[in-house]
Amino acid sequence: MLEAKDKEILKILERDAKIKSEKIATMVGLSPAEVTAKIKELEDKGIIVQYKTIIDWEKAGEEVVYAFIEVKVTPERDVGFDAVAKRIYKFPEVHSLYLLSGTYDLSVVVEGKSMKEIAYFVAEKLATLDNIQGTVSHFILKKYKIDGKVLEPEEEDKRLAVTP
Amino acid sequence: MLKRNGFVSKAVQDIPPSGIRKFFDLITTIKDVISLGIGEPDFVTPWHIRDMAIYSLEQGYTSYTSNAGLIELRQGISEHLFNNYGLQYSPQDEILITVGVSEGLDLALRAIINPGDEVIIPEPCYVSYKPCTIFAGGKPVVIPTDADTGFKITPRQVEEAITDRTKALLLSYPSNPTGATMSKEELMKIANVVAKYNLLVISDEIYSRFTYDMPPTSFVSLAGMKERTILLNGFSKAYAMTGWRIGYAAGNKEIIAAMTKIHQYTMLCASIISQKAAIEALRNGKSAVEEMYNEYNQRRRVIVRGLNEIGLKCQMPGGAFYVFPSIKTTGLTSEAFAEKLLFEEKVAVVPGTAFGDCGEGYIRCSYATSLEKIEEALERMGKFVRNLLNKV
Ligand SMILES: Cc1ncc(COP(=O)(O)O)c(C=O)c1O
Repeated sequence: MLEAKDKEILKILERDAKIKSEKIATMVGLSPAEVTAKIKELEDKGIIVQYKTIIDWEKAGEEVVYAFIEVKVTPERDVGFDAVAKRIYKFPEVHSLYLLSGTYDLSVVVEGKSMKEIAYFVAEKLATLDNIQGTVSHFILKKYKIDGKVLEPEEEDKRLAVTP
Repeated sequence: MLKRNGFVSKAVQDIPPSGIRKFFDLITTIKDVISLGIGEPDFVTPWHIRDMAIYSLEQGYTSYTSNAGLIELRQGISEHLFNNYGLQYSPQDEILITVGVSEGLDLALRAIINPGDEVIIPEPCYVSYKPCTIFAGGKPVVIPTDADTGFKITPRQVEEAITDRTKALLLSYPSNPTGATMSKEELMKIANVVAKYNLLVISDEIYSRFTYDMPPTSFVSLAGMKERTILLNGFSKAYAMTGWRIGYAAGNKEIIAAMTKIHQYTMLCASIISQKAAIEALRNGKSAVEEMYNEYNQRRRVIVRGLNEIGLKCQMPGGAFYVFPSIKTTGLTSEAFAEKLLFEEKVAVVPGTAFGDCGEGYIRCSYATSLEKIEEALERMGKFVRNLLNKV
């Protein structure tokens, strides 16, 4: 079980991976050394998986296309979905992969330079794997919110400048 | 023709203009101000609550409600009070939905005061307490407090303020503007005095959800106090719902009936849409409140440390979202400090004197603003204070 302070530190880092540990220390009421030690432990345990950056590639003028691919799978004896999943996530084109409940089994997020490139990947690489019964591709048209962050400019403060 | 000296009543003319209002007029003349002067959450009401209000409008909830408010809301509040303090308040006749704690305060004072009755008010305090007491025909008797006692009152101070006209004691912990909270033990000593002199207590606990270093103590939960306390609380701060104007009063039947009598003729009822939203807040708002709580708590530590580092001595307040640092080292009055800071560094704070004479030498800084803005404000204030001290 995580301690409350660990959880608080994780939440702070989840929002801002670049924040200095001295600042975290003040925010949570610990010493900087304690915070550094806690973060190290969380990293070692694999609870902090990676520090990443959210990038708006479109704004940078880069062509990046994403698609959600619904995949229906025949699970394998003994290994279930995991073996198929492994074969899928090894492709560098696969951005994320989830096993889902419901009408289909795997959700594959594929990243490519164009729709054509993704369509080619799905048709040639994904659909042809053993145990795959069928795929349905959904291309992302617009991103509104990624990992908890809304991409539109924040709403302005509507409060008066001074209130009692 | 009858001779008149204007149409405005003397009672109203005699109340001095609000110190906050004066400052507000000043601020609107300046651009790009970082404001630490805002006494309300920087969060927008959680979406599920707003969504419920929209849904209620779609369903056609646009009418009056009963004077006391929607029974579901009163039931929700009754459960909330039971779960948090283990106290039974009947939703039927011991809870009244008000238009914010503001209305609750006004009703409570008007329901109990006979002309000339005295109400003991610890200062620095929320700006409405004294004027509302006066409007109700009462006489405010102030207990001044300062940083040396953590802006808390002692039983001795209360006893010294009591006369044979004393009717009530008005308490508000956690406090706006100081953030002071009082522990259960400290409040119990006050309760003893209250019982000894047969006083009534009006307890404005609007910041109770934001009590940081200990569990909040409601005055009503102290032995013997429930019967003689009017508990005021609301949704403005806890759920970031200031604009919805919903609060409540809980107390014994007799007083709630008296308050309802005034409320029915002056307000009729609180807005039904806001009441619907408040029901949703009570049902499903817990995690949103927790998130805001954590965020305020982190900012509290950052701002207290920052103010002390720039030489404005500041205690760690136990609640609300205010700090009340001393500016005495600068040699300026609160008002001069706030004005100069505004003009020179474009940071708005509220002079401590807006909350009572004993607020002189202090300023109120609200940390209901983003951490980034707080840090920027601290930087500007640091520069300001350094310049001030180097000059002399
Ligand atoms: C101590 C205190 N009481 C009451 C109020 C008014 O609250 P409401 O919005 O419920 O009328 C405020 C608002 O700033 C406050 O700080």
